[in-house]
Formats: sequence, structure tokens, C-alpha cells
Amino acid sequence: MNTAVDSLRIALLGNPNCGKTALFNQLTGSRQKVANYAGVTVERKSGRFTAPSGRQFDVLDLPGAYSLDAPSPDEAITRDVCRGHHPAEPRPDALVCVVDATNLRLHLRFVLEVRALGLPMVVAVNMADAAHRRGIRIDLHALSEALGVPVVETIGIRRGGARQLVEVLDRGDIPAPAAADIPDDDSLHEQVRALLARAVDMPSPTAHIDERLDRVLLHPLVGPLVLVATMFLIFQAVFAWAAPIQETLAGAVGATGEWLAALLPEGHLQSLLTNGIFAGVGTVVEFLPQILLLFLFILALEESGYLPRAAFMLDRPMFAAGLSGRSFIPLLSSFACAIPGIMATRSIQDPRDRMATIMVAPLMTCSARLPVYTLLISAFVPSQQVAGMFNLQGLVLFGLYVAGIVSALLVAWTMKRWRRGGEHSLLLELPSYRIPHPRDILIGLWERCWIFLRRVGTIILSLTIVMWVLLSFPAPPPGATEPAIEYSMAGQLGRLLEYVFAPIGFNWQISIALVPGMAAREVAVSALATVYALSATDEEVAAQALEPLIATQWPLATALSLLVWFIYAPQCLSTLAVVKRETGSWKSVAVMALYLFALAYLASFLTFQITRWITG
Amino acid sequence: MTLSQLSKGACATVTGVEDRGPGDQLARRLRALGFVGGEAVRVVSVAPMGGDPLLVQVGYTRFALRRNEAERIRVEKVPA
Repeated sequence: MNTAVDSLRIALLGNPNCGKTALFNQLTGSRQKVANYAGVTVERKSGRFTAPSGRQFDVLDLPGAYSLDAPSPDEAITRDVCRGHHPAEPRPDALVCVVDATNLRLHLRFVLEVRALGLPMVVAVNMADAAHRRGIRIDLHALSEALGVPVVETIGIRRGGARQLVEVLDRGDIPAPAAADIPDDDSLHEQVRALLARAVDMPSPTAHIDERLDRVLLHPLVGPLVLVATMFLIFQAVFAWAAPIQETLAGAVGATGEWLAALLPEGHLQSLLTNGIFAGVGTVVEFLPQILLLFLFILALEESGYLPRAAFMLDRPMFAAGLSGRSFIPLLSSFACAIPGIMATRSIQDPRDRMATIMVAPLMTCSARLPVYTLLISAFVPSQQVAGMFNLQGLVLFGLYVAGIVSALLVAWTMKRWRRGGEHSLLLELPSYRIPHPRDILIGLWERCWIFLRRVGTIILSLTIVMWVLLSFPAPPPGATEPAIEYSMAGQLGRLLEYVFAPIGFNWQISIALVPGMAAREVAVSALATVYALSATDEEVAAQALEPLIATQWPLATALSLLVWFIYAPQCLSTLAVVKRETGSWKSVAVMALYLFALAYLASFLTFQITRWITG
Repeated sequence: MTLSQLSKGACATVTGVEDRGPGDQLARRLRALGFVGGEAVRVVSVAPMGGDPLLVQVGYTRFALRRNEAERIRVEKVPA
């Protein structure tokens, strides 16, 4: 192996949608590291590769930027790194400025801006294949002469598509242009026009296929229909197709837990591992197939260029509610789980829109609430036909989803009233349609899967351990007849909570079950089973045994009140932990927890009292 | 007139972007994206609900602009 005597630090930079990430994947393959820049939620991607000569290259994939003189946090990172002002990142030895061959008018402007920095640089004219197909001819030699830096052609999505770039980098001695002040926009665009006239032959400003697709997909009538159909397909996939994988995974987690339990001597350690960690973390991991499937769709739609179009179509109604078209993707993700949804709000540039989206994300019915809904609906709602074609149980479930969405819109709308003033911007580029490349999707999927598992491994694991301690200590006295949970701290907490929850119809069993439900909502079902002294550990078995019991013991008002409670379900600690990480503020966490609690309490109170009044 | 006053399918030439107050970030961003004097623009489409935002082509790129953003861009209409 060659020792890296002269490892060279290069940075990739370019406008958003220039295909930079595909080129980065092409160069570095799977040898990538994804982290965050300190103090901000901007992703730092780095990797390395070895050129044929044996020279090592450390590659930094800088956040996409339209300009070096820009207000957004990710563009500020790009600017600071290039200028050598970033505290944790050394100034790169050379820059690779990536431009989309089909979008040179916009992208060459950025090249001129970067050139003024005076660092050694290479311009990579990317997506050369798409340009060839459209009959765009670019005279690389003339462009290189006019710019005074090497210009190469690359195809980010084709194997060997970065060969020319690697050759130039490997040769070394990349010339540095003269440093200069960045000219103003009018003269930058003037220079771009001159460059285009000299080196580029562009038969049409946009691809015909884009024109035709946009005519259909953004059509005032057909466009929204296609959008609804796409969303329906995604939901169908996430909830129906992921189920078998999920059951397999749940089985595997359960089996491993039992195997461990048999292996270890009975005692606190065994209890912590099986009842605490496997029960808590296991249930969260079981949602991984759903989350991955959802991300697969989102990544494919993102790469294809459709998601910005969806944001375009939905901007108006979402803006009216105090959100933005960009909120669409995070809120869609939140139907699987609010955690990836809140993480996805990073793509919302306006900080107020981002905060509003984070605040309402937990109101989207996440899949963790489904076990609770299913149990209560099957116990209390008769399975009968309504209007000849709908099942009443299905309608109630649908109503619960709608109630969540409507509440989210109302909350966002109220927040907008509150913080009035100031202008909100959308300013969204709609890139060319592309066929997504499987490699880029797989790498993206792997990254998100890893981020999610890391969260599970840190925040959720620690919360689970705390919950286990609350549930296990103190141990019941010898000869105790009641279930152990009643003697524990959680049990005592539940007894105290009963005073709080009595006006909304919750008995002490429900109050106790809500305590472990804080770690993960669906755990409330198995906790109810524990309280009712049913020795069922499996969720499904627990639900089956519980159903007739609660159907006879609980009044209808209590059941409906609990259903409504879970629309707002303020007690998901993992969500709150992620909110803290993403916003960096305890105040946001407190606001979210309080408003959700208040809404849940109010709505449940009304439901309970009104139902009791009607049913007498 | 401003870009926001153009109807769907209309073509125009940009004459400039107006700042609203000192240090208008949005106006600066619009200029960086290519809305500068002499550039040709076209309203490709408008969103299905309420006709906002607009889909505007400038140079080789398409942007979704809300009406309040498009109001900053002064244009001269090109007869079809």
C-alpha cells in the first residue's frame, strides 16, 4: 500500500442540483463519512479516493450554494470553508467547481464568483451525457481559455464518468487564478453572457421532455390528481408492503430477547435487557422497514425532480395555514415517525417556517399510534357498513388521521397570527427531471438509516433505561398480590396522575400505562396488559386479551377520550429529544410539550364530557 | 410593470430588481439567480390553487416564485 505522503484536500462545490453529490459518490464510492458541522444542522460529507498514481485525495462535499454572498446557513459554511475562515475546517488545497452542462447560464456565474477567490480550481462540466442528448455543444477548450482554469467533462451517474477529472487532479500543479474582488451581479451576468456566446451552443433553453412533463404534472387539474395518486401509493406501500418485513423483524427482536433472557440468570440485568432494552428499543427498530421504505420513495421522488414540483403545487394552501410548500416532505415523513420528519425540516430555509413545521410534525399520525387506535377501535366501534361501502371502523381510523391534519393546520395558522410581520420566501428551483440513479439512492438510504439508528442507540436507549428503572423500582414487597408495576415509581406516578386525568375519564390503569407510553407510544398497549395483570408480553397477544376486558369495563366516553388523547399524544420523549437536537433550544421543547398536552387535555375533556352527557 | 402582473405564458425582459428597504436579502438572491437587466423571462405556469406561486423561466432555469417575490422584479413585456 502506498503511504499518503502528499494527500491533497479537495472540495467539491457548486449550485444546488448540479449533480455534485452523484459526482462525489462516483469519486469516493462507499468510503464516506457524514457528520454535522459543529453548532449547526448542516451536513458535512467527506470521503477519500486514490488516483492511479497512488496519490491520496481527501474530498469534502460542500453544501450546494447559489452564491458565496448568501444568508442561508449551508451557504455560509461553503463560503467560510473556501475562504479559510471556518474554525474547524482547513482551507482546501484545490476546489472542484461542479456545473450542470444543461444549466450553464446560472452555474457559470457561481464559477466566476469562486474564481475570484484565487484558489487552485478545476471546473467540472457535469451531466455531459444529458447535454449531448439535447444537442448542447460546449467548447471545453475555449471555456478553459476564457476562464483561465482547467475545464473537464464529467458524468456523475456513469461508471468512469469522473476519469478526466481524476487525471487533471492527479497531474498536480493545478493553476490558481488571480484573486480579485467579487464583481457585482450585473457584471457577473455580463461575463456569463460573453462566455456562453464564445463557448456554448444551446439549441433550446429547456429540455423538451421537461416542457412536456411539466405541462402534465403541473396542469391545474391533472397535476393535483397525480400528486394525490402518488401520495396514496406511498401510503399503501408504507403501511401494507412494509407489514410483513416488520412482523419478521419484530419476531427476530422478540426471539433474540427471549434467547438472551434464557441465557442470563434471573435478576436485574436480565430484566433490564429483556423488559427494558429489548422491549423499548426493539419496538422502535421495528419501525425501521417502514421508515426506510418511506425514505426510498422520498429519495426517488427527490432525485427525479418531482418533489420541488409538489412543493410548488402545495405552497399556496400550506402558506395560508402558516407553513410553506417546503413543509410538505417533512410532514409526509412524519406519518411514519415524527423523528425523521423533524430531521427533514433542515431543507426549509426560512427559520420561522421550519419552526412551525417542527411544531406541528407530531400531529401527523405516526405509525406508533396505530396499535393503540386498533385496540380501541376494535373494542368499541362496531364493525358495520356505512352507506353500503365503508366500514365504520375504517371511517373512524380515517377520521383520526384527518383530525390530526386539521389540528396541525389550525396550530400552524395560530402560530402565524402570533408572530405576524416579516416576509416569507419560497424561491425554489425546479430542476430538470432525471431518472434516479440506484447507487445514489442506496447511499442516501444508508445514510438516513444510519442517522436513525444512531438516534435509537443514544437518546432512545437512555430514555428506555430510565423508564425501566421507573417501572422496576422499588420491587413489590414479599407476598404482594397486585401486579409489580403498581408498587414501582411509575405505578405511584400513575396513581398521582389519576387525579389529573379523572376529569377526562381516565382510570388509574390508563394513567399508569401512559407513563411507559412516554418512551414509545405503542408501549402503552403492552403496559395496559401488564396493569391488568395479563401476563402477555407480546403486543398482539396483549391486545387480543385486552379487547374484551376493556370493552366491558370501560365506559364508551373513556375509550373515545383516550382515542382523542392519542391524536395529540404529547408524551413521546424521543420526539422531544430530537426537537432539542434540531432546534438547540429547550424553550421549543417546552412549548411543544405544553401545547400538545394542553390540546390533548382539552380535546379529551370535551370528548369525555359530551359523550357522557349524550350516553347518560 | 412587475413580473407578478404577467399572465401565464407571457414573455418579458427584466429591467431590474427593486430593493425593499436596505439590505434586502431576497432582492439580492433574485439578482444572483439571474434576474438582472436585459434577461428574458417567461411565466411558464401558475400553481393550481390561487395562481400563486408562479413558475418562471429565466435563462435555462425554472424557479417557483411567490407573488410577493415576483413583485420586486420590474419587467418590460415582449409582444407575443
